[in-house]
Amino acid sequence: MKPFTYERATSPAAAAAAVAAKPGAKFVAGGTNLLDLMKLQIEAPTHLVDVNRLGLDTIEATPDGGLRVGALVRNTALAADSRVRRDYGVLSRALLSGASGQLRNKATTAGNLLQRTRCPYFYDTNQACNKRKPGSGCAALGGYSRALAVIGTSKDCIATHPSDMAVAMRALDATVETVDGSGRARTIPIADFHRLPGSTPWIGTALTPGEMITAVTLPAPVRGTHIYRKVRDRASYAFATVSVAAILPESGTPRFAFGGLAHKPWRVGAAETKADGGAKAIAAAALAGATPTSQNAYKIPLVERTLAAVLAEGRAA
Amino acid sequence: MTDTNGFSLTRRGALVSGVAAASTTALPLDAQPLPAEAPAATVPVSFTVNGKKRALDLDPRVTLLDALREHLHLTGSKKGCDHGQCGACTVMVEGKRINSCLTLAVMHDGDEITTIEGLGKPGDLHPMQAAFVKHDGYQCGYCTPGQIMAAVAMLQEVKEGVPSYVSTDLTAAGRIDAQEVRERMSGNICRCAAYSNIVAAIADVAGAEDVA
Repeated sequence: MKPFTYERATSPAAAAAAVAAKPGAKFVAGGTNLLDLMKLQIEAPTHLVDVNRLGLDTIEATPDGGLRVGALVRNTALAADSRVRRDYGVLSRALLSGASGQLRNKATTAGNLLQRTRCPYFYDTNQACNKRKPGSGCAALGGYSRALAVIGTSKDCIATHPSDMAVAMRALDATVETVDGSGRARTIPIADFHRLPGSTPWIGTALTPGEMITAVTLPAPVRGTHIYRKVRDRASYAFATVSVAAILPESGTPRFAFGGLAHKPWRVGAAETKADGGAKAIAAAALAGATPTSQNAYKIPLVERTLAAVLAEGRAA
Repeated sequence: MTDTNGFSLTRRGALVSGVAAASTTALPLDAQPLPAEAPAATVPVSFTVNGKKRALDLDPRVTLLDALREHLHLTGSKKGCDHGQCGACTVMVEGKRINSCLTLAVMHDGDEITTIEGLGKPGDLHPMQAAFVKHDGYQCGYCTPGQIMAAVAMLQEVKEGVPSYVSTDLTAAGRIDAQEVRERMSGNICRCAAYSNIVAAIADVAGAEDVA
């Protein structure tokens, strides 16, 4: 790791101010992704602001029947919360499908949203990657792209967002709460939080420099069957090739969000209104305009098949 | 604050100084020594390890794993991949299993840490350690401390009602079988593939049903 200085923040606003004031400064929470990247010198912060002891680790009921999840709530704690298990099963399952027991004990809610792509070219500092080094190009195009994005891509980046939790939060219409360096708070709908790569793939989210996530709010629960189905190369502890977060209400429009397909959790409103047409119709609408590579074109039929399995599970529930 | 840096009179120490001497003699006469990288400001940190209070002054880059192994000489926790992929470095912090390679020591001020050395001793083994011996739950043994720490903490998670991805009912009380053990232990890799016996050892301690 490159040398850096370290401080323990005293409040969320002070932490945001400290990061905003110093170019090269970063927040550290669980550290499970950041330290991995620092050891590989993909990230080389000059200053770390530790936000672990700011009291942001509680899950509270909101007046409208939802839950406000503190930014520092660990993935295990969120997945195991009795209210989440009962009312937001899709979120609990998505969290439990990600990483390992050890990592989930450390990784945080905010950090999970902010984790970086696992594109092999982002991880290899000898390769061109617009995300890691703006303007250097994208070696994934024409390269080993089996795990990479099939939709919402650009000529500059075909990386995917690796989170499972974020896919469930997208289906749940969660809201991200932040505070910036001047102490100003705002909320960002999860749909607008992650970006598509476009011509600036190095910008992954809507956050401004120094802006810090303080909580994620879940709206009142959507009753019905909650399913998170993840397809991957091994049975556990692997990133999704395709995943589906589904909420199938007893009546009304179902919700489907997809992981492993794009630079952000993928959800298409038009696909949800096609639900009566079955997996084929939903998949066709969700993947309209997809531009897979020859290596990841298998994801297109895999989405339909995974959806078929999800719908079958929903009927059996 | 005690100086706990460096080993003395160990094979490692002899090896390091031997290499240093060799490279000194091999240096061309006109070579300039590289300027040393400015040392980062150290940060004081105190935590309890296996019931004993420890105070260290550390470069913030030192991971918890390196603090335990290189500064406190608790070499039971192993460095396998150093990237959170193998689980050999698993320790418990505040009773929860984590990868000690993916966290900075300075982030753990005031924390209570348990390593394999704190779990049991020869002649007084923790039941999980005894079960790994009984079931031959290892071959080379390198991953074993991490496997045992992860297994002990994992059974506690089950007791606390933490579900897993393979739990049929998220809201039901914790139940453990071979499938649950395999899923919940997937963060610990055994390159010798002693998995069957590892599952048997854990199931023995858990009193699990349906374990093949």
